[in-house]
Amino acid sequence: MNAINDSILTLILLVPLAGAVLVALVPDRAKLPNWIALFTSLVTFGLTLHLPFHYDLARGGFQFVVYKPWIESPAIAYHVGIDGLSLWLVVLAGLLAPIGVVASWNAIQSRRKVFFVLFLIQQTAMFGVFISLDLMLYYGFWELSLVPMAILIAMYGRKDGPKAALKFFLFTFIPSAPLLVAILWLYAKTGSFDFTTLQTLIAYGQFPAGPLCWAALAFLFAFAVKVPVFPLHGWLSDTYSEAPVALAMVVAGKLGLYSMLRFHIGLFPVQARAAAPYLIALAVIGILYGACLALVQRDFWKLIAFAAVSHLSLIVLGIYGFTFIGTSGAIYQILSHGVVDGALFFLLGVLYERYATSQINAYGGLAARLPSTATLFVLTTLAMIGLPILSGFVGEFLILSSTFGGVSRGWAVAASLGVILGAAYMLWLVQRVFYGPQSELVASRPPNDLHLGELALLWPIVVLTLVMGVAPSIWLPTIEQGVHRPPLITHSGPGFITLTSTPMGGQR
Amino acid sequence: MNPVPDIFRILPEVILTLTGVAVMLIDASLPSAVPRRNLGWVAAIGTTFALWASLWQLSLPQGTGFFGTVETSAFTIFFHVLICGIVLVALLLSLDALPENSHHQGEYYALVVFGAVGMCLLTGAVELLVVFIALEISSIASYVLAGYRKQTARGPEAAIKYFLLGSFATAFLLYGVALIFGATGTTQIYEIARAVPTALNQPLLLAGMALMLVGILFKVSAAPFHVWTPDVYEGAPSPVVALMSTAPKAAAFAVMLRVVYEIFPTLRATWAPLLWVVAVLSMTVGNLAALRQQNVKRMLAYSSIAHAGYLLAAFAGLGSSGIAAASFYTAAYAAMNVGIFAVITVVGGYNEELPMIDDYRGLLYRSPVLGSVLIFFLVSLVGIPFTGGFFGKFYSFSAAVGGSAIWLAIIGLLNSGLAAAYYLRLALVSAQRPDGDAAQSTTPEPRVGIAVSAALLLAVAATLALGIVPNAVLRAAEAGAHTLQPPPQNEPRNVIDHLPNP
Repeated sequence: MNAINDSILTLILLVPLAGAVLVALVPDRAKLPNWIALFTSLVTFGLTLHLPFHYDLARGGFQFVVYKPWIESPAIAYHVGIDGLSLWLVVLAGLLAPIGVVASWNAIQSRRKVFFVLFLIQQTAMFGVFISLDLMLYYGFWELSLVPMAILIAMYGRKDGPKAALKFFLFTFIPSAPLLVAILWLYAKTGSFDFTTLQTLIAYGQFPAGPLCWAALAFLFAFAVKVPVFPLHGWLSDTYSEAPVALAMVVAGKLGLYSMLRFHIGLFPVQARAAAPYLIALAVIGILYGACLALVQRDFWKLIAFAAVSHLSLIVLGIYGFTFIGTSGAIYQILSHGVVDGALFFLLGVLYERYATSQINAYGGLAARLPSTATLFVLTTLAMIGLPILSGFVGEFLILSSTFGGVSRGWAVAASLGVILGAAYMLWLVQRVFYGPQSELVASRPPNDLHLGELALLWPIVVLTLVMGVAPSIWLPTIEQGVHRPPLITHSGPGFITLTSTPMGGQR
Repeated sequence: MNPVPDIFRILPEVILTLTGVAVMLIDASLPSAVPRRNLGWVAAIGTTFALWASLWQLSLPQGTGFFGTVETSAFTIFFHVLICGIVLVALLLSLDALPENSHHQGEYYALVVFGAVGMCLLTGAVELLVVFIALEISSIASYVLAGYRKQTARGPEAAIKYFLLGSFATAFLLYGVALIFGATGTTQIYEIARAVPTALNQPLLLAGMALMLVGILFKVSAAPFHVWTPDVYEGAPSPVVALMSTAPKAAAFAVMLRVVYEIFPTLRATWAPLLWVVAVLSMTVGNLAALRQQNVKRMLAYSSIAHAGYLLAAFAGLGSSGIAAASFYTAAYAAMNVGIFAVITVVGGYNEELPMIDDYRGLLYRSPVLGSVLIFFLVSLVGIPFTGGFFGKFYSFSAAVGGSAIWLAIIGLLNSGLAAAYYLRLALVSAQRPDGDAAQSTTPEPRVGIAVSAALLLAVAATLALGIVPNAVLRAAEAGAHTLQPPPQNEPRNVIDHLPNP
């Protein structure tokens, strides 16, 4: 058992990479690359499921840790491990991989090999970001995750791929320049890239305050672009409308939000707290701005993109509220958003594949022609807008209630307004696409409902959203355990937080 | 007195010279009808022996030979191996790239090898006159090679431009040597180093150093001495550009490291700000100009100017850390740049049938292997982790941060973000689906011969190895650095030991 626990994270990292190599070697015939990619991603998902069953909740802290010196000078180590914060995110990334493969099953017709090789490399990079505990290793995976995405957007872009790919790449690559300088500065001061070491050193005030503030800002900036936080969201709508469905669903949001929690708040709690009022304001603006723009979109990829800005901003609000409940809710909402967004992307991909347009007004009355698609779409939509007993509700409720009680009533009310708008644009989308009179396009194509493979994939996800809605206690203890670790919450000095979400120090 | 025979100190150079002479003699004695291609293999085998001889030199004790004019040390061996490796890849590349009927193939291969003699000697010389002679040997070979396609208009233009400007630069260097001789009374590097702190005429020394730096900065095409680069790269045959954008620069950087760290460490306050400015200027000018290019070779020429800037950032590093970072960067840059020019040679065609970025549209579809390799090298040039380009930049900028030139690091990294724009433009264009069948029918699938495959394989392997297991090369670079400068006394403060108990 110990041997497995010691190598499980390495395996999770290497299996997709091995799959990528295998896909590159086999001939591109008879969907062979697809099957290998599916098999690889299922194996990886199976491996990630090992983690929650063997995570020792009583012990807490980083587990399944592997520490191997990699480069002597500078001292970069292969140091991986997970705690309650990253545990479920790893599982989520594992879950989304097979969904992504199935979503690309028919959508990707040419150059399947290149697609799946890059898709699997992307998978490795994402796992790497979630499990790295060495700042350089983390930065490596963080940068690596950009490359497959950019190339795939360029290859499979719907209209102007290279332009969107370049925009995506530059938007996310340039902010990582200050991030790297900040990491190097930390190293120059301490001689260590190790997360826990740096965390301890910063907590004990081993750094001059002024430069440390700049370093924290560099971290925050890189992550805020990646999330994206208003007004740094310029890349998102193009990326969503050009990227292959599988990549849009795996990349959205998670990396940036996780990095904020782990490396911004985790390393620089004092500076993060100082930045929190601004981030809360930007988050609320993002919620309303994204929702308003989503209301007026005519293209459903763009609508989903602005909806994502709105939803991700809500999570940012939860993170920077600095309440225990809000942070837990934010992590829960990352999971829920990942699952629900994945399903929604999958369904929109199905529509795009069958009707070859993303213009909403070309659709209409689809429910009569494709009943299963309509059912699943409506269920997913309801989960997304936060209907009670479905997954979106738990996170939204935790975030909004903690903001109301612990941060500021005004911001909470404004954020709730965004949630209501969210219901409006999503339901309106459903109404325009699935109900009303049948449009010419819908009538002219043969009704081609979801086939068995797609149904077999989507129903479990819908059931999962239901389970996440009624039994959050499966997930929350681990998450709360991760949030509770120092210095994320307990090492906070005056505003010590307890489980009851008492107001934090520094009232706003 | 000296137990090591002098000849061992220059063994790689001797082997290379013999190879070059052999190639020329065989070329002259063969009847004119016999194809000359196999001469390339002779040159490649000779270069492999020289590479092996450089590694063998590791077993020699560090020291000088020929009356203190040449040296073997970890530093010189590092650059010898690097240069021989580059020349080997360039030769393999030329074997398949030169058309069967191209003229004077014997001279071509001989000149490549003679150029290598000059570059190797340049890194080993510890006597300024030998430095000058070695520089001339390597430069003259490059001038001729740059104009090798003399039937085109651009070839001779490139050669003449390179020759005229290059002669000026060498003259600057020589004048600098003369001034330093005037100030110290010697041209032996160690003796100058001893005399520098106490020399009476410091302004003369400063002028000499400045003139020498101008000459060297020209050779590495750092701004503002870079204007020749795009024209020459565009006019010269691609395999030659693969060679001369890397190997002579590596040699010139080796000389520069010697000049600033070994001769003038005491004048750091003077040269460090100068190089800071040149570094920033090179990166910014190179990247901004590259953004506007439509011709792939011109774009890469400007990119090489920018890379010279990143490399110069390492000179802000204190003592051995800066030297090690600069040496490592040279190796990483050489691996990826030789590689990308190898791809350009195959795809663009020897006579530049496809010179423009748009000509690469859909390369990934026409030839998946070449397309992937091209994208790989571009990704490395951007500096994405797990490639040599990343660790090159990483060491260079961490040396700068360690030398408290934080702004230089920030400017450099922002510049590398800017650079991503044009590298990615090429990468993404080659990944884009070609429009219809028109593009496919007009552009034939590029031919990849066995020698080119070997060259590409070597370059990819080197770039990957430098990105994933950089330890060995870094250790070699550090060993080299310590022969120029002893390791620093005050290691980075190990704060972990001073932690209060939690």
